[in-house]
Amino acid sequence: MTGPALISVLAVWAVGWFINAQLAASRVADTRIVRLLVPVIFGLTFVLIWELLVRMTGVSPIVLPPPSMIAERFANSLPILWADFQQTIIKGAMTGYVIGMICAFAVAILADRSDFLTRGILPVGGFMAALPIVGIAPIFVRWLGSDWQSKAAVVAVMVFFPILVNIVAGLRDTSAMQRDLMRTYGAGYWQTLFKLRLPAAMPFIFNGLKIATTLALIGAIVAEFFGSPTVGMGFRISTSVGRLALDMVWAEIVVAAIAGSTLYGAVAWVEGRVTFWHPSQRK
Amino acid sequence: MKSVLPILTIVGAILLIWVVAVIPMNMHLTADQAQRDGLVVTPATPAERQGYSGLGLSFANPDLIPLTYNLDRPRLPSPHQVAGEMWDTIALRNVTSRQSLVYHGWVTLSSTLVGFVIGTTLGILLAIGIVHNRAMDMSVMPWAIASQTIPILALAPMIIVMMGQFGIQGLLPKAVISAYLSFFPVVVGMVKGLRSPDAMQMDLLRTYYASASQGFWKLRLPASVPYLFASFKIGISAALVGAIVAELPTGARAGFGARMLVGDQYGNPLVTWAALFAAAITAAALVAIFTAMERLTLRRMGMAAA
Amino acid sequence: MTADTVISAQGLNLTFQTNDGPVHALKDVDLDIRKGEFVSFIGPSGCGKTTFLRCIAGLETPTGGTLTVNGMTPDQARRARAYGYVFQAAGLYPWRTIGGNVKLPLEIMGFSKAEQAERVARVLALVDLAGFEKKFPWQLSGGMQQRASIARALAFDADILLMDEPFGALDEIVRDHLNEQLLALWARTEKTIGFVTHSIPEAVYLSTKIVVMSPRPGRITDVIDSPLPKERPLDIRDSKEFIDIAHRVREGLRAGHVDD
Repeated sequence: MTGPALISVLAVWAVGWFINAQLAASRVADTRIVRLLVPVIFGLTFVLIWELLVRMTGVSPIVLPPPSMIAERFANSLPILWADFQQTIIKGAMTGYVIGMICAFAVAILADRSDFLTRGILPVGGFMAALPIVGIAPIFVRWLGSDWQSKAAVVAVMVFFPILVNIVAGLRDTSAMQRDLMRTYGAGYWQTLFKLRLPAAMPFIFNGLKIATTLALIGAIVAEFFGSPTVGMGFRISTSVGRLALDMVWAEIVVAAIAGSTLYGAVAWVEGRVTFWHPSQRK
Repeated sequence: MKSVLPILTIVGAILLIWVVAVIPMNMHLTADQAQRDGLVVTPATPAERQGYSGLGLSFANPDLIPLTYNLDRPRLPSPHQVAGEMWDTIALRNVTSRQSLVYHGWVTLSSTLVGFVIGTTLGILLAIGIVHNRAMDMSVMPWAIASQTIPILALAPMIIVMMGQFGIQGLLPKAVISAYLSFFPVVVGMVKGLRSPDAMQMDLLRTYYASASQGFWKLRLPASVPYLFASFKIGISAALVGAIVAELPTGARAGFGARMLVGDQYGNPLVTWAALFAAAITAAALVAIFTAMERLTLRRMGMAAA
Repeated sequence: MTADTVISAQGLNLTFQTNDGPVHALKDVDLDIRKGEFVSFIGPSGCGKTTFLRCIAGLETPTGGTLTVNGMTPDQARRARAYGYVFQAAGLYPWRTIGGNVKLPLEIMGFSKAEQAERVARVLALVDLAGFEKKFPWQLSGGMQQRASIARALAFDADILLMDEPFGALDEIVRDHLNEQLLALWARTEKTIGFVTHSIPEAVYLSTKIVVMSPRPGRITDVIDSPLPKERPLDIRDSKEFIDIAHRVREGLRAGHVDD
């Protein structure tokens, strides 16, 4: 590394860190704006250092494209990125997510009436959730073809187990006292389910749904590595990597990051509306 | 132990569904094969059979059902075929052979473990920094949490290529992917764990005028152990997935991911299925090892009722 | 303020800034505590009794007035390890045995290994937990856990013991028993004790001085010097003197209420 490059990188780092240290130690550190500002400054410092490193040292922009090049690629490729987004996120990930979620609810409700079954489903489901299920992708691509249907199927299987386990665990999470109260009212199974157990299970269920958003994107993207039409984020990543067009790969990763945090944020937003009463949601 | 029977029931049900599904899934291939072998098949030509579903064809040819379980290249292999292939490639091959799943497993496992050790070590160090430095906490923590919501696994192919450009190949690029996949869960879990002592516990130490390092070694660190193991279990499965996916798009010639790809490309589903199950068993074993270590540690620390 | 004054508060004020505006947790608190006294702070929740105890411990910083502990600021006293503090919950570390928990402050304060062992044995005997040294907290009842936390506060021999509703979570029978033991312990060790409670009989039974407090703003409404003898069997609670003091405490609490 050359001297000027090193000095400028260290200078940028020092300035960024100095601002953040000052902000964190200041009296306004707990305000919303500062809580948002500090990570943003950190991120900008990081991006700036990346840019400087690539430009001022001999690193080839082909190997590590600077952020400016990625931004340019992003801006120039919006139609392609949009098409890939629709193919992978909307058709693959979202469809699979919804299918997996519906199946998980159906199985959980069916098994719920039997204590025997739930005691079996919890450990088996938890076990399955820890497995590298994404490996089923080549099999599903072979069965269902290379278009989005196979991706949706992979996603459905991947999200099924964590959602199922959380629903089943959540439905068991009522105290004996709460259930006894329902019994003193002479409430039946369905009344108890809808008035007590489902609402009480919501924090668990949303936990599962949030975990599943990330899994859905991973499944949809990785499954495309095994075969896809000539559109899709996974397809674009693997072909661009092959052509050493890494700026395009980074642009797709930016899309994946935006999509991932948006999906997660959307589920978390609904969660806040539904489980406003839970201690973790109260302000 | 009272859940053994329910677990066996669920596993049995899954196996049963699998066994039944083999029939319709493989019926078209079986019928084509039977026709070539001169058996009577209804309807008689492949073109006519295309109009039937797998299930319909099975009802039309009940005598062909046993044959669906023994195809060379089935669409859905039956459990005994997968088990046989695994027995073949795990027990009957020399472990250094390219045909041995133990060999491929070790290739994947070694980069998983190297990456896991790097990722968790860095993760724990960063968590310690975050807990003790407010500027670091406010700068880094939101990014660590956000990283849980985005598919960072998508970076895998690029890491391989980037490191390849610098002449780094083999175990290390895969280990880097495993490392960053296990890194973030460990950071988030450890920060939670190191912060788990409540205000009263922290006040108690203040009444002793304990230093920050005493507070760390005597309270924060032991209190974080349950969280640490929870993060380890998430981290090790993520690291394994990372290593497998890292083997996929790059033409790796060894490892579970490579085996899955090879089985897929050469139309040999048994290879893919055996690799998939071997990967699942590896993941389960890794998680089981950490669960056992967790139990042992917590019991020795007196944190779990014996 | 006399020569044997241990804790002295003059015009003490503490205001918390909250989202709903400032809260006057302590207003113009004056109090002297002499060496060897057993002082109870009693009042409804929000009267600042716990806040006052935390100020003495240097865990909160007053916004006005002066407060000295052993002639030092509370923070200096904390650094000099001048007091042992007992919280509402035992707060024992689940990963340490009872002996290990009692040893915790000794390790932090750098006592020698031999002295640690000797002190652990001594204070556990003092709270009737000899023989439980190797047990883990969850193997003991709630009352025994709280006794262990008292032993932990006694282990480093500070002259002052600050107790924040230590028996609040225990049932009445256990509490009676612990009160008796605490008095015996106080008589033997001659410590100065500050004790927060919301139970009138407990305050009257234990204390040589009862400080009655009232909320909004937190302040002292009455200070009662108990005429009860130092020797107090449990049935002293049926005596005329006891009932008279209890009555005066109740009056003080009620007077505080009329004000708001």
